[in-house]
Amino acid sequence: MSLLDVFDIAGSAMSSESVRLNVTASNLANAQSVGPDEASTYRARQPVFSAVMQSLRGGVDSPGVGVRVDAIVESQAPLEQRYQPEHPMANAEGYVYVPNVNMIDEMSNMISASRSYQSNVEVLNTSKQLLLATLRLGQ
Amino acid sequence: MAISFDKALGDLPAQLTLYGKRSTVLASNLANADTPGFKARDIDFRSVLAAADAGQVALKTTRPGHISAAGDAPGGAELLYRVPVQPSLDGNTVNTQVEQAEFTENAVRYQSTLTFLNGKFSGLKLAIKGE
Repeated sequence: MSLLDVFDIAGSAMSSESVRLNVTASNLANAQSVGPDEASTYRARQPVFSAVMQSLRGGVDSPGVGVRVDAIVESQAPLEQRYQPEHPMANAEGYVYVPNVNMIDEMSNMISASRSYQSNVEVLNTSKQLLLATLRLGQ
Repeated sequence: MAISFDKALGDLPAQLTLYGKRSTVLASNLANADTPGFKARDIDFRSVLAAADAGQVALKTTRPGHISAAGDAPGGAELLYRVPVQPSLDGNTVNTQVEQAEFTENAVRYQSTLTFLNGKFSGLKLAIKGE
């Protein structure tokens, strides 16, 4: 039943987009989580999406392609050092490390993720209506 | 005179199946709107219908290792790649607006086929009851 595949596909996209929203939320929440050194300071994270053939997942003959989150990668951009000797996290030289979270990037990412989520909800709703109409066929 | 359901319904059931398959393909495009390197695909509905009208016969697969001649889409429909309007740097060719429009159109077509099928069924019912 190909319309039931749509539920799997749109569902996989919605869960991937919600992972993306989660990652964005944690980036925004930790934008000011300063640390004493490079290793222990928070770095901006991004999910990596990849396409998954439905026929490989369920073993059914379907032309559909779902999405999954392959990995969540940390940004390798350099961390900003701030001279704040009075800060409790400051190292011996008086510097704290600020996470490399770009607020503008994160906000645009958030909007893009929520729009994609919405369009998948729309797909799901339409498919549901079509399926229900098919069930009422001949009545 | 016997009523043959296959003939009574014409190619409407096949159309319904194909619209269902196409909705899967379009939903895949929309789902992968943010996947790097994903290429949007679609079924050329016109060519499938033309092939059905011409009575073309598909190659039969008799063993699990056989590959269907019509490509990877079932039902004889060939999956083609969409020509991107504005390709992005990450290799993704999905245009969400185009896909949404196509999906909505496909849904409307599916529903109109359903309406025609319902008409056929009520006609059959009328013939059976004779009222």
